[in-house]
Amino acid sequence: MTSSGRKPVVDVAYPAGGAMTETASSDRAKVLNKLRFSDVSFKFLTRAAAIAVLIILSGIIISLIHGSWPALRQFGFEFLVDESWNPVTEKFGAIAPIYGTIVTSIIAMLIAVPVGLFIAMFLTELCPMFLRRPIGIAIELLAGIPSIIYGIWGLFVFAPFLQQHVQPFLITVFGPIPILNEMFAGPPYGIGVLTAGLILAIMVLPFITSISRDVFEAVPPVLKEAAYGLGCTTWEVARNVVLPFTRVGVIGGVMLGLGRALGETMAVTFVIGNAHRISGSILAPGTTISATIANEFTEAVGDIYTSSLIALGLILFIITFIVLAAARLMLMRLNARLGK
Amino acid sequence: MTMANFTVPTVSNTVASTEGLVEKITVQNLDFFYGDHRALKNINVSLYQGKVTAFIGPSGCGKSTLLRILNRMYDLYPNQRATGTVRLDNEDILSPSQDLNLLRAKVGMVFQKPTPFPMTIYENIAFGIRLYEKLPKSELDGRVQHALERAALWTEVKDKLGANGQSLSGGQQQRLCIARTVAVRPEVILFDEPCSALDPISTAKIEELIDELKEDYTIAIVTHNMQQAARVSDFTAFMYLGELVEYGETTKIFTAPNDRRTQDYITGRFG
Amino acid sequence: MAGPTTITPSTPIYAARRRKNFITMAVAYAATGFGLLWLALILIVLFWEGFSGLSLKVFTEMTPPPGSAGGLLNAIAGSLVMTFLAVIIGTPLGVLAGTYLAEYGRYDKLSTVVRFINDILLSAPSIVVGLFVYEIMVAQMGHFSGWAGAVALAVIVVPVVVRTTEDMLTLVPDTLREAAASIGLPRSKMIQKVAYRAARAGMITGVLLAVARISGETAPLLFTALNNQFWSTNLNAPVSSLPVVIFQFALSPYKDWQELAWTGALIITLAVLGLSIIARYLGGQSKKS
Repeated sequence: MTSSGRKPVVDVAYPAGGAMTETASSDRAKVLNKLRFSDVSFKFLTRAAAIAVLIILSGIIISLIHGSWPALRQFGFEFLVDESWNPVTEKFGAIAPIYGTIVTSIIAMLIAVPVGLFIAMFLTELCPMFLRRPIGIAIELLAGIPSIIYGIWGLFVFAPFLQQHVQPFLITVFGPIPILNEMFAGPPYGIGVLTAGLILAIMVLPFITSISRDVFEAVPPVLKEAAYGLGCTTWEVARNVVLPFTRVGVIGGVMLGLGRALGETMAVTFVIGNAHRISGSILAPGTTISATIANEFTEAVGDIYTSSLIALGLILFIITFIVLAAARLMLMRLNARLGK
Repeated sequence: MTMANFTVPTVSNTVASTEGLVEKITVQNLDFFYGDHRALKNINVSLYQGKVTAFIGPSGCGKSTLLRILNRMYDLYPNQRATGTVRLDNEDILSPSQDLNLLRAKVGMVFQKPTPFPMTIYENIAFGIRLYEKLPKSELDGRVQHALERAALWTEVKDKLGANGQSLSGGQQQRLCIARTVAVRPEVILFDEPCSALDPISTAKIEELIDELKEDYTIAIVTHNMQQAARVSDFTAFMYLGELVEYGETTKIFTAPNDRRTQDYITGRFG
Repeated sequence: MAGPTTITPSTPIYAARRRKNFITMAVAYAATGFGLLWLALILIVLFWEGFSGLSLKVFTEMTPPPGSAGGLLNAIAGSLVMTFLAVIIGTPLGVLAGTYLAEYGRYDKLSTVVRFINDILLSAPSIVVGLFVYEIMVAQMGHFSGWAGAVALAVIVVPVVVRTTEDMLTLVPDTLREAAASIGLPRSKMIQKVAYRAARAGMITGVLLAVARISGETAPLLFTALNNQFWSTNLNAPVSSLPVVIFQFALSPYKDWQELAWTGALIITLAVLGLSIIARYLGGQSKKS
C-alpha cells in the first residue's frame, strides 16, 4: 500500500467557490433569452392549435350555411316540411329524410339501450372474472369496426334473411291488429326503414355497452357494498343503487349513442332503399339525411340540388350538435359529482 | 435472556370473564387469502351476544379484512377466499350453501365513509325494510321513524324526510347509515372505522349510539383509535400482521396486556 | 320492537325477490348472448366471404372494370396515402391543442370551450365533415382531389388526438413537472422533454386509434377524394380508396365486384382490429409505467 504517489482529492476541475465567470454569465443570459423566446412561441403555438379546434367547428357551420343558402332562400321554411324531392322540377323538401333519420334512430335505440344496459350490468356485476376482460375487449374492438362493414353485411346477409323469414311473419302476425298492421304493412322488401334501424341497433350496441359499463364501474364500491350489506340481491343493487347513482351518465351515454345513430351514414345507406317518401309502414323503403347525401351528392346536377343536399347536412349537424352537446353536459355533471 | 422469549406467543384468552355469556359469532382456524397472499393467519375469536368487541391494530393488520368475512362481503371480489369456520349461532356462514342476502340482512355493516344511497332520507331507510317485509304505509312510517330515533337522527331530519340523503352533513349521513342498518333488524352490526371520517362531536354521538345499540345487538367495531376502543368496547382484540395477538376484556387488554406487542402498541411505541 | 324477525329463503317476500333477481339475471345473460351473437355472425360472414377472394392478385392488380377479374391495389394505395397525409396534418395540430388544454390552460375558459367543442367533433357525423371539405376545397378548386380526401380525414383525426393527448398529459404527475422546473427547465422544455416522454405511449395510442378510425371512414371521402379506377399518384386528381371502392362495388350488380367488396371489407376490418389491438397493448403499457 503506497500512498506517496497519490494526489490529494481536491476538485481541480472546478474553480474555487464555483462562482461563474463574466463570460459564463453572459452566455447564460443569451441562453435564457433564447429559452424565453422558445417558451413564449411554444405557448403561442399550442394556444393557436386549441383555437384551431374552434375554427374547425365554426368552419363547418359557416360552410354548411353558405352552401345551403341558395336552397334555403328559394324554399324558405317550406324546406323543412315539404315531402317532395324532385330533381327534375328542382323542388326539394327535407321532411322525408328527417323522418327516416328519426325513425331509424328510434328503432335502434329501442333495442340497443335495454340490451346494452343489461350487457353492461352483466359485465360489471355477474360475469365470471376470467370472462370479464375478454368480453369487454371484444365489445370495445367491435365498437371500432367501420360502419361500412355493418352496411355490406346488412345488404347481403341481413336484409335477405329478414325478407325471407322475418318480415312475412311480422306481416301475418300483425295483420289483424289495427295500427300495428299499418306499421307492418306491405310486401317484404328486405331493405327498408326497419332493416336500417336494426342494423343501426347492432352497430350502436357495443358503443352503448362500453360507455354504460364504464359509467357503472365508476360507482364507488363501498356504495354497492352498503347495499349488499343490507341483504340486497344483485338486481336490487343494480336497480336501486347503481342506476340511480349513474343515471345522468347513462343518459349521457345513451345520447352519445343516439348522436351516432342519427349521423351514421354507411350502415344505413346500404339497406334503407333510398326512397323519398314517408310511409306508414316501417317495412317500406325510406331514406335518411345521411343516406340521401351519400347516394346523391356526387350525381347532383344544378346548384339548387347540391345546395338542398348541403342544407340537409346542415339540419343533420344541428340535430346531432344538440344531442351531443346535451350528452356531454350530462356526462360532465356525472364527472363533477364523482370528482367532489 | 431466556429461551422462552423466542417461542411464538399463543393467543392469550382471558377465559374467566366470559362465563354466562352467549357466543353469537365464533371464528375458528380462520385463514384468509388475497390471491396468494395470506392476509389472516389462524384466527380464533368469539363475539358475545350484547357485547361490543373492538378490533385494534396498525394499518394492514387484517382487522377490516376479518370484519368483512363476518358478512361475506369479500364474496363480491374475485381472488379472495377464506378457509376455516365462522359460526353465526350454529350455522357455518362460510359454507357455499349460505344464502348471502339473508346473511347480510342478519349481519349489518356500517362503513368507514358514510354511504347514503342516491335517494331521499325516507327512502334510504324504507328501502331496506321493504326488502323483507311488506308493510302498510303507516306502519312503514313508524318503522322509519323508529330507526331514525334509534340513530338519534329523527329530530334533525323529521321535517325534511324528502330531501336527498346526500344533502346531510357527514356525521348525519353516518347516523343515517346506522339507522338504515338498524331498520333491517339485524342481529349483529359491524362497524368498520365508522368515525374516521367524522369530526369529534359527530364521533361522540356515534359512540354514544353504539353504547345504546349493544343492548339489542352484538356489535363488532374496527378502529384505529385506541381511546375509542377503550371507551366503547367490552372486549378488545389486538391484531398484528394478520395474526390475532391478544384477545380479552377491554380493561384487561388496556391495563395489563399479556403480550409484549400489545403493550408496545397501546403505549404508542409503534403503529 | 327491534328484535330480529326470522326470515328464511321460503318467506314469501324474499322468495319473490329471489325469483325477480333470477329472472333479471337470466335476462342479462340472454342479452349478452344476443349481443355477442350478432357481432359474431357479422365477423363469421365477413371472414367466410372475404377469405374466398383473398389472393395475391388483390394486392398487385388494379380495380377491374365490371365483369373481369382484378385487385384492389390502387384503392389500398390511395387509402394508405390519404391516411398517412391525414395523420401528418392532423397529429401535430391535435398534439399542440391537447398540450394547451392539459398544460397551459387546464382551468381557463378557452380550454373549457375547446374541450366541449372537441368532444362534439369527436362524434359529429363524418358525412358532414365531407360536406365541409367539399365546400372549402372541392368547390373552390373545381375538382375532386386526393388532398381534399386527406384534409377531410385530418379533420377527423384532430379531435381524437386532442382528446388522448390531453388525457395522457393529465396523467403525468405534477411532481415530475415540479422536478423539471426545479432544475431550471423552462415550461416549454419541461413539456417537450419530460411530459411528452412520460406520456409518449399513451399519445401514440391516440394516434393509432385515430388511424383505425379513419381507415374505415367512407362518408367523408365520397365527395372529396371521390374515386379513381386507375393507379394515380396525382393528389390533385380524384384518388381511389378502399372504403369508397367497397361502397361502389357492393352496390353494383356484378358478382366480381361484390366479391372484391367483401375482400376489401375483410382487409379493412383486419387492419382496424390490428391497430386497435396494438393501441390497446401500448395503452396497457403506459398505464403500468
